[in-house]
Amino acid sequence: MTVEGNMPTPGWEDFPHGADVGIRGWGRTLEQAFEQAALALTGVLTDADIESQTSVEVECDAPDVEVLLVEWLNAIIYEMEVRNMIFGAFKVTINDLHLRGTMWGEPVDQAKHMPASEPKGATYTALRVAQRPDGTWSAECIIDV
Amino acid sequence: MDPSRFTRIDPTTWQIEPTGAMRVPGIIYADEGLIRDMDEKVYEQTANVAMLPGIVKAVYVMPDAHWGYGFPIGGVAAFDADESGVISAGGVGFDVSCGVRTMLTGLNVADIKPVQKELADSLYQQVPVGLGSKGAIVLDPLEMDAMLKGGARWAIARGWGEARDLDRIEEHGQMAGAEPSCVSDRAKERQRREMGTLGSGNHYLEVQAVTEIFDQEAADAYGLKPDDVVVTIHCGSRGLGHQIGTEYLREMLPAAAAAGISLPDRELACAPIKSEIGQRYLGAMRAATNCALANREIIGHYARKVFGHFFQKAELTLLFDVSHNTCKVEAHRTDGAAKPIYVHRKGATRAFGPGHPDLPEALRKVGQPVLIGGSMGTGSYVLAGAATSEKLSFASACHGAGRAMSRHAALRAWSGRQIIKELADRGILIRSPSVRGVAEEAPGAYKDVSAVVMAAEEAGLARRVARLRPLVCIKG
Repeated sequence: MTVEGNMPTPGWEDFPHGADVGIRGWGRTLEQAFEQAALALTGVLTDADIESQTSVEVECDAPDVEVLLVEWLNAIIYEMEVRNMIFGAFKVTINDLHLRGTMWGEPVDQAKHMPASEPKGATYTALRVAQRPDGTWSAECIIDV
Repeated sequence: MDPSRFTRIDPTTWQIEPTGAMRVPGIIYADEGLIRDMDEKVYEQTANVAMLPGIVKAVYVMPDAHWGYGFPIGGVAAFDADESGVISAGGVGFDVSCGVRTMLTGLNVADIKPVQKELADSLYQQVPVGLGSKGAIVLDPLEMDAMLKGGARWAIARGWGEARDLDRIEEHGQMAGAEPSCVSDRAKERQRREMGTLGSGNHYLEVQAVTEIFDQEAADAYGLKPDDVVVTIHCGSRGLGHQIGTEYLREMLPAAAAAGISLPDRELACAPIKSEIGQRYLGAMRAATNCALANREIIGHYARKVFGHFFQKAELTLLFDVSHNTCKVEAHRTDGAAKPIYVHRKGATRAFGPGHPDLPEALRKVGQPVLIGGSMGTGSYVLAGAATSEKLSFASACHGAGRAMSRHAALRAWSGRQIIKELADRGILIRSPSVRGVAEEAPGAYKDVSAVVMAAEEAGLARRVARLRPLVCIKG
């Protein structure tokens, strides 16, 4: 587990929650932290490599950056489920609490990805998006699986 | 948690006295060992729920409780609409009407043993599990709305189930008050190809053997004998319920503020029952309940097909189907006369005691079957609702073993392949698309289910009827 205050940039990790799992992404910018959090969400599902075969674009809005993180993660969960895809690369731009995201991935292949618990939704529990004293951003919350 | 933080009413009843903004006490039913092992967050979340407007009597917490979202998992809270009471999307949970059904097979362990492996493979092939699995059923918009209105009745009318099941399903298989128009297109899109799919996480289909009977009269009424084989299914409303939970939680954030409700935790987002959004959520949540009832009916039908292939004369009859993530309007005596209140059960099972008028004739004398899922290795229990549960917990009991360890810690502690092998050596066959998923669900990651059900029995919530051990586990 990475120690706070000693964070290499950018990166992601998961952290424990009673029945489910917490995810945390960090980076030099808010956008990068959101991209890393998305990678952590995929990390909940699989350790396999994911090919960038096709891309999907989404947009979301929220009253603050924390709710925006939940909206972004839930948008990814939605696209995964209805497209039956898994995503391994993300690009985010945020302007005035309006997020545009692109995700790249491939169709789920149970033999290749061996997906573990599929995420049901991102929650407001342990939800935190903040800029650290060194200027880097982190974005985290609990995912219900 | 430190037991000294509670007022100990008796060995299995622990009270959080109302302080600060708490309107009512919190009451946890558990033995001292379970209290000590319980997450500190359970205390905090119980106290937070007790602050919500219109709450009736107390927040009740079951012996399998753990840290949840806003509400503790294993929490029961009821609200009075006439006293500005609220409905909470978080108090129901993302997986609306997640629940358990158990079906009798009329077979015994000796019948299963010779074909156990083939049976496991066939069930795994027939029942779609895990991410990336899609069902054979695709719903167009008309059928989607018919399903959301009709629940298990809809599934049976389409040939995926049997009419005699309906008496053995909560709400007789069809939740009234469902409003498909309150369900978003996105929620429906998530469900379009997911009917009859099991999902993943802690959801499963198990073939189980009865190992022990504790209450002969109830076991006779339920049709359970030692060595009998049953099929148990644990799953919920799939993508549709998850999306409804996600969307209404988000919408209730500003709604709570607009109604002047100060939330100690955003995840407790709620709305007055008597509000436009409160009513809309009820309509959507009831539609999602029908989705879960239909889904379990369809998976039960798949199990029947597979068993019919191996055992021409096998008849799978439904013992019971009960949900543990719900909000229901039920009449309970609070002070004197029975009054309809909105009972949220988040990871708690309805447990009507003997004589309850809603129970079918054959079960009324002994009480409602309360189906408790344990872990893959340790087994499960069938309980019967106790008469005292009405007074103690709005007729509720525990729902499972409850996790003792996070998925993260379980992954570090165990290898999925090793667990599959060890269980196979003990005669338990696991089928899953994910060895990692198996490690996350390792038997050791759960609390001792026997301690949980003993505490529920001692507290007077439900009494033990039978213990089950798995023979086959299909896991998402």
